[in-house]
Amino acid sequence: MNSDKIKTSTQVGLFVTCLADLIRPQIGFAAVALLEHAGCTVRVPRNQTCCGQPALNSGDSASTIAIAKTVIKTFAQDDYVIAPSGSCVDTVCHKYPELFRNDALWAGRARTLAAKTWELTSFLVEVMELQQVEATYDGVCSYHDSCSGLRELGIHDQPRQLLASVVGLELKEMNENNVCCGFGGLFSVKYPDISTRMVSNKCANIGHSGVDTLLGGDLGCLLNIAGRLRREGAPVRVFHVAEVLAGMTDGPAIGEGESGS
Amino acid sequence: MSAAASQKVAFRERTTRALRDSNLQQAMGKARGGFIEKRLEAMAALPEFDETRDAARDIKDHVLANLDGYLELYEQKVIENGGQVHWARTAEEACQIVADICREANAQVVTKGKSMVSEEMHLNSVLEAAGLKVVETDLGEYIVQLAGETPSHIIAPAVHKTREQITELFHEHHSKLGYTDRVTQREALVNEARSVLRGTFVTADVGITGANFLVAETGANVIVTNEGNGDLTSSLPRVHIVTAGIEKVIPSLDDLSVLLRVLARSATGQEMSAYTSLYSGPRQDTDSEGPEAYHVVLLDNGRSTMLGGDYRSMLRCIRCGACLNHCPVYSAIGGHAYGWVYSGPMGSVLTPLLNGFDDSVDLPNACTLNGRCKAVCPVRIPLSDLLLKHRLEQYRRRLTPLFGRFLVRAWAWVATRPRLYQGLMALPLWLMRRRGRRRGALEHIPFAGGWTDSRDFPTPAGRSFIRQWHSRKGKS
Repeated sequence: MNSDKIKTSTQVGLFVTCLADLIRPQIGFAAVALLEHAGCTVRVPRNQTCCGQPALNSGDSASTIAIAKTVIKTFAQDDYVIAPSGSCVDTVCHKYPELFRNDALWAGRARTLAAKTWELTSFLVEVMELQQVEATYDGVCSYHDSCSGLRELGIHDQPRQLLASVVGLELKEMNENNVCCGFGGLFSVKYPDISTRMVSNKCANIGHSGVDTLLGGDLGCLLNIAGRLRREGAPVRVFHVAEVLAGMTDGPAIGEGESGS
Repeated sequence: MSAAASQKVAFRERTTRALRDSNLQQAMGKARGGFIEKRLEAMAALPEFDETRDAARDIKDHVLANLDGYLELYEQKVIENGGQVHWARTAEEACQIVADICREANAQVVTKGKSMVSEEMHLNSVLEAAGLKVVETDLGEYIVQLAGETPSHIIAPAVHKTREQITELFHEHHSKLGYTDRVTQREALVNEARSVLRGTFVTADVGITGANFLVAETGANVIVTNEGNGDLTSSLPRVHIVTAGIEKVIPSLDDLSVLLRVLARSATGQEMSAYTSLYSGPRQDTDSEGPEAYHVVLLDNGRSTMLGGDYRSMLRCIRCGACLNHCPVYSAIGGHAYGWVYSGPMGSVLTPLLNGFDDSVDLPNACTLNGRCKAVCPVRIPLSDLLLKHRLEQYRRRLTPLFGRFLVRAWAWVATRPRLYQGLMALPLWLMRRRGRRRGALEHIPFAGGWTDSRDFPTPAGRSFIRQWHSRKGKS
């Protein structure tokens, strides 16, 4: 019976993505918990770092190609590859095949990886047909739609659908929830003035919405927003959506100290 | 300092100035939501909007694949209608052609309808240097002309100005004409401009307009306006000159009807602009009015070199301004910060192509690649993808700063060696954890002032997920 269960369960490789790996490991554990809850067998390959976006967005195609090859090799054996980030998945699904346009061998491999790579919440809802999670969160939340996830992958309803099953959680949309927060990877440090204006607009919208928690599916955006909210002294907690869905919200939110301040 | 470096400083200075300009910020803040909401309403009222966008894209792609043929057909029709077509390879050539036509017509006063191509040509300064009085008749263009500025938006040239600024500007320039009261209300401002301009319309010798489209099957130029100024500029003076880029030609009136359906909806959220006018030549014997002479100046200025390459899709652009309206960077800094005629996403794609990569290094980089421009483009130009393509091209041409390139290359080298990467990251993670653990965030990080000057940086957990996961697995 056990062996049947193992045979029929869906095998996935977790691409935790560099920011979550280094700064907020809990997102990785939350992703594993959610995938296992949905019936997946999760493999976390040790040979993973980053999808290469910083190199690509800097125009360095040679470096991006080198990193892309590493990612392709690392996840070659997995049935699915899941990442808790829309922008990294967009890079794998749309940018990799384009990068290898003129390389028949690697173009095929890149397309194979692209076809099996999913953003976490869309995979849970669309492939695993997960209807609800077992989690509780006492708060009024707004969801920030990250740009690549929303516009390149069509992620909008999936996280909201799962959040609706979280006991105690009220979801309240803010104005301009689909407008960029101003992160943009290296953009945020190359053009800090513009980035700051954009994230300040975002924080103002969060403030006007009256929520106590901001959620999102991309840690880059969340670090930017949480960092600015803290600097402004706004008492809004920030979590990655996976943390809330997995019920891992007892500890400090993003940017909070251990005492919870 | 290289040209690229000086441009970079200039862009940053312009950006900083724009972000500190309270009038600009007030005006842009007011404009931000309006265009977007109106477009959404117009889209909702036309269920086949997305299919119409596909059709519009296909028409433009078809034209671009057969551009030479359609341009020749168009020229032939204009000549049949009694007009003349002039071909200009560069902006200077185009200005010279227009100046020559004005001189031969013994012109003294020129009225102008809104034309971004004429801005691209810097036509006004050339004509003024030739002794002509040039008057912009589009209200927004008129305002920026009075202010001695250039348009900051392709369809809303004075969007960067507050109403209070316009009141003062009109008072400064109109009081000597007898308009001594300061008018503050929108309608009163429009009426005052209309009253001032009316006298110019009837005395102008030459009228210059742009063209939203050039219809090959009839030889007509099409302009859409909301003020009717284009019509008074086209039909009242003795001579009508149309300035247009070569990519403006479309095959037929049927195609026009498709493109008009997406243009105004994308631009202002209107179903149609208030005036849509077709002009196809000088006054005929049976006409009671209209110009005696009709000239079309077709400008290449780099467009034909875009035809063959990866950027051809940019020539689909119908100058609706939707990408500007939806760009959060444009909304933050306004159009002038971009430094040339075209701003926002379409400007950041077009400027390097028309003006050269060396002098516009910042434009494709000052973008978060959020893709809103691409999502709203009525002819589906993949604007954010083209901006990324620009970055790859800049890198190939070594236009981006050497140190930055080195850092990225070094980081990428490490990132392809996961064990080394995980080892090297351990120390900075541990240090940041030690410093920020209690507060949960760092207020200052050495060499990362770009981030921490305005934002805290959430403290890392100390050990990476991969290390935690594998040490747990190792123990269990």
